[in-house]
Amino acid sequence: MNIIAFAEQRDGKFKKFAHETVQAARKAADALGGTMTAVVIGKNVSAIAPGLGAYGAARVIAVEDDRLEFYSTTAYSKAFSDVVSREAPGAVFFPASQMGKDLAPRVSARLGAALAPDCTAIRAEGGDLIATRPVYAGKALAEVKVTTPVKMFSLRPNVFTATAADGAQAAVETVKPELGENDFASKVTSVKVSEGRPDVTEAGIVVSGGRGLKAPENFKLIEDLADVLGAAVGASRAVVDAGWRPHDEQVGQTGKTVSPSLYIACAISGAVQHLAGMSSSKYIVAVNKDKDAPIFQIADYGIVGDVFDVLPALTGELKKTLGK
Amino acid sequence: MKIVACINHVPDTETKVKVGADGKTIDPAGVNYMLNPYDEYAVEAGLKLKEQYGGETIALSLGPDANKETLRKALAMGVDKALLIKDDSVRDSLSLARAIAEELREMKPDCVLFGKQSIDYYDEQVPGLVAEFLGYPSVSVAVKLEAKDGNVTCDREIEGGHEVVETSFPVVISAQKGLNAPRYPSLKGIMAAKTKPIEERQAKPFPSGVEVLGISKPPAKSAGKIVGTDASAVPELVRLLQEEAKVI
Ligand SMILES: Cc1cc2nc3c(=O)[nH]c(=O)nc-3n(C[C@H](O)[C@H](O)[C@H](O)COP(=O)(O)OP(=O)(O)OC[C@H]3O[C@@H](n4cnc5c(N)ncnc54)[C@H](O)[C@@H]3O)c2cc1C
Ligand SMILES: Nc1ncnc2c1ncn2[C@@H]1O[C@H](COP(=O)(O)O)[C@@H](O)[C@H]1O
Repeated sequence: MNIIAFAEQRDGKFKKFAHETVQAARKAADALGGTMTAVVIGKNVSAIAPGLGAYGAARVIAVEDDRLEFYSTTAYSKAFSDVVSREAPGAVFFPASQMGKDLAPRVSARLGAALAPDCTAIRAEGGDLIATRPVYAGKALAEVKVTTPVKMFSLRPNVFTATAADGAQAAVETVKPELGENDFASKVTSVKVSEGRPDVTEAGIVVSGGRGLKAPENFKLIEDLADVLGAAVGASRAVVDAGWRPHDEQVGQTGKTVSPSLYIACAISGAVQHLAGMSSSKYIVAVNKDKDAPIFQIADYGIVGDVFDVLPALTGELKKTLGK
Repeated sequence: MKIVACINHVPDTETKVKVGADGKTIDPAGVNYMLNPYDEYAVEAGLKLKEQYGGETIALSLGPDANKETLRKALAMGVDKALLIKDDSVRDSLSLARAIAEELREMKPDCVLFGKQSIDYYDEQVPGLVAEFLGYPSVSVAVKLEAKDGNVTCDREIEGGHEVVETSFPVVISAQKGLNAPRYPSLKGIMAAKTKPIEERQAKPFPSGVEVLGISKPPAKSAGKIVGTDASAVPELVRLLQEEAKVI
């Protein structure tokens, strides 16, 4: 089975999850004895395309058009679907990123290709691909198979590994998409970037705070810890609803789903709705003064203690060990 | 303006999930259902658009009779009409979206609002699928919506920021938390919703493209190590993170 991987870039840089998608597609194609082609869309993207070779792409199709500098749902859907139709692969891999989750359903409808979204594992079996995906807020795992001729999958960021091999450069084919005015029925006119810390869904480490911090200004303790670790700041719904933190930091069933390598939950009780958003993190640390708080049931390491005491000590210790 | 909010009826967030006898669905015993949380923002956005443009708001849900409960909640919030697209089968998003698009095509709405995602299967697909089937532009994960004459400007959430998207009616929009503050149904609204008729139509069948082979409980995580009870545990925690977990 041949596979196409959508390699997301923004601002002329590949996202980490683009590398993850490409490498997962490479592995799946190898297991099924097929080829893997990565596709990148944007302005001047052929310049960055060879770099995907390090992640296992021998061939990259760069769809280039100055009008594609910013994302456009309608234009990207058309441009990408056209490439997929031409290449006629058996499967298409997307990242389950904000762009991937917007693009994939439209491509799915265009091509009549069903999608298994937000997968945390994909394996080859009997010439087919079987995906695992968390459902019911991670309280169950579903194993699914896509039965349409072209099968689509989106991959949860931070779950699949991406390791760069030295030296390999991909061969790049540059194509011009066929796009008319109508294909830009929706377009991004500007991007507002939040300054400072990384986004919770992209960060390797997330430090989250809950209601036990007692007041919005005490989030300084969370921010200081996040900054020594180069981490993102997350929050429970209780503090977002109270207006202490912006909602784009909310982790959980009605917030973001994150899977960093380290999640530090500070003064968060660990309600099921919170766990829904972070239980696939690789390591979980909890700091809570209540030894019976449910968060300890899923934490790998816990300190039963007061955040006002533990967090400054932790930040101080890390500054020392990490030499900052 | 004709405004449709598509709403889903999902297990409430406290639900204890048990795998059903078929091994492919959850055991429905003891599961309580509710209006999908994101869909409240969609209904609210619809009511706001009607306040601005006039016209009609319709709540649409595809599913079994039980979904009427969710439609009544939307009626109580103030939508003018409710429509149940009746269907007792289990569908994937592609098939569901085809059936919804089939109805919408005849209704010719100016704006179709969705929640960002259903919190049962977490698909985040139906809005984009429906938009493509209708040939409408779409904005997903909208946290801000401004309409002026025929034009629509939205902020949509992306990693580490927002995109400002410009488009025009007719349009599909999916709502993220933060888009608005959904109103509470008034007592009068709740009373009126009890007696308002809910229109019903039979859903058209479409094949599913995703087959569930089985569902299972995730491997139970054993509770970890309590490293200590105050700040004196910090050096040991840092050592564990560096040497055992190797994450810093
Ligand atoms: C439909 C629905 C959707 C929801 N979605 C989400 C969601 O997406 N994300 C989410 O997070 N929640 C969500 N919730 C809410 C969830 O049920 C909880 O109410 C929320 O997660 C609690 O936040 P918290 O842990 O910060 O607060 P609390 O539950 O109040 O916990 C505070 C914790 O801090 C500890 N503490 C207090 N003081 C200290 C101290 N000095 N030092 C150390 N520890 C201290 C306490 O022991 C306690 O465990 C949802 C709820 C519903 C009904
Ligand atoms: N059965 C349904 N009936 C009506 N609307 C639905 C249904 N399922 C999903 N939706 C809508 O589509 C959105 C996204 O759902 P999903 O793609 O299932 O995550 C939901 O927030 C609803 O607005």
